[in-house]
Amino acid sequence: MHELSICRGLLAQVERAAEANGAHHVSRVTVRIGALSGVEPELLRRAFEVARQGGHARAAVLDIIEVPVSVRCEACGAMGVVTSGNLACPDCGNWRVELVAGDELLLESIELDEQDTVDAEEVA
Amino acid sequence: MCKDCGCGDHAGDFRIHAGGHGHHHHRHENDQHGRTVEIMNGLLDDNDRQAAHNRAHFLEAGVLAINLMSSPGSGKTALIEATIDALGHRCRIAVIEGDLETENDAERIRAKGVPAVQITTGQTCHLDAEMVHAGLHALDLSDIDILFIENVGNLVCPADFDLGQAANVVLLSATEGDDKPAKYPVMFRIADLVLISKADLLPVLDDFDPARAKACVRALANPAEVFEVSARRPDTLAPWFAFIENRLGAHAGIRRQAHETAAE
Repeated sequence: MHELSICRGLLAQVERAAEANGAHHVSRVTVRIGALSGVEPELLRRAFEVARQGGHARAAVLDIIEVPVSVRCEACGAMGVVTSGNLACPDCGNWRVELVAGDELLLESIELDEQDTVDAEEVA
Repeated sequence: MCKDCGCGDHAGDFRIHAGGHGHHHHRHENDQHGRTVEIMNGLLDDNDRQAAHNRAHFLEAGVLAINLMSSPGSGKTALIEATIDALGHRCRIAVIEGDLETENDAERIRAKGVPAVQITTGQTCHLDAEMVHAGLHALDLSDIDILFIENVGNLVCPADFDLGQAANVVLLSATEGDDKPAKYPVMFRIADLVLISKADLLPVLDDFDPARAKACVRALANPAEVFEVSARRPDTLAPWFAFIENRLGAHAGIRRQAHETAAE
């Protein structure tokens, strides 16, 4: 259950970004999780409920965009969506493929609650 | 100290010279009272920065760091012991041991006369870059050629945490299923080498087909070699030692290049 560790890292970034933007409350956190990232969305959701306590994101909704695994074949150039356990080209079956998407583990954006936001200039 | 480490929430305690934070926030007004700030950072960025810092330490000291991962009981410690027996007279080896509890594995390694640091992770199911950083400072890197990092026995969680290693080696023992790479794709996709351990048992385990295990690794688009080895049969370990020698050579090359670049 490394989702809790990952969630703490996520929340540390959310805290930094909220502070950099002078916000006290984060209302939404959007992450992008690939099927081949090693993170189970449902476990991340549960970890978030626990880890968000006491921070700027304590009332935030976690939005998870789940990204399927897609590959480009190095032999025939075909692109397609595949399963995590078998990345072989869906067209010609070649195993040498390039992963195009599906391993992402990304904090995409946060939504700040403006009503409680202190005006602050963007921190470079 | 590592059980206090927590994972991720100590970011900033270390000074990292590899890259800056580089946060670039884009603001978007939305229709509600909220404001969306685009971030686009990796969730593991803090760990990855620490891993880059560890990697710089290893490169500077000329240490080849190998991250050994597998399920519990696949024979990681036995493999390290057999490797010390075979290479210990000509390579300076050290070990960082990761376990939830006990110092048993480190004691096994120390009994071979090799320095070992035990990291007990408590509730944490994997090693992270910060724990390894603490571990490497407990060793004299200038006195080490090869550092084996024996991760917590687990085929899931350690796969996500870069430690600063030069190579990931994943063990799959003959007593497990030969389709494990398909079941644990995240782990087997990042393997630079897969070792089918306890291979001396293969003659009595007719349901484990090494060719099938290899096909499962290929199905993850991973070109890593798959060797059958047994820590109890030193003669089977030759390909594993060749892999280490090869990586030692490559690592020395990278190090020379880094020095030349620094000198320019």
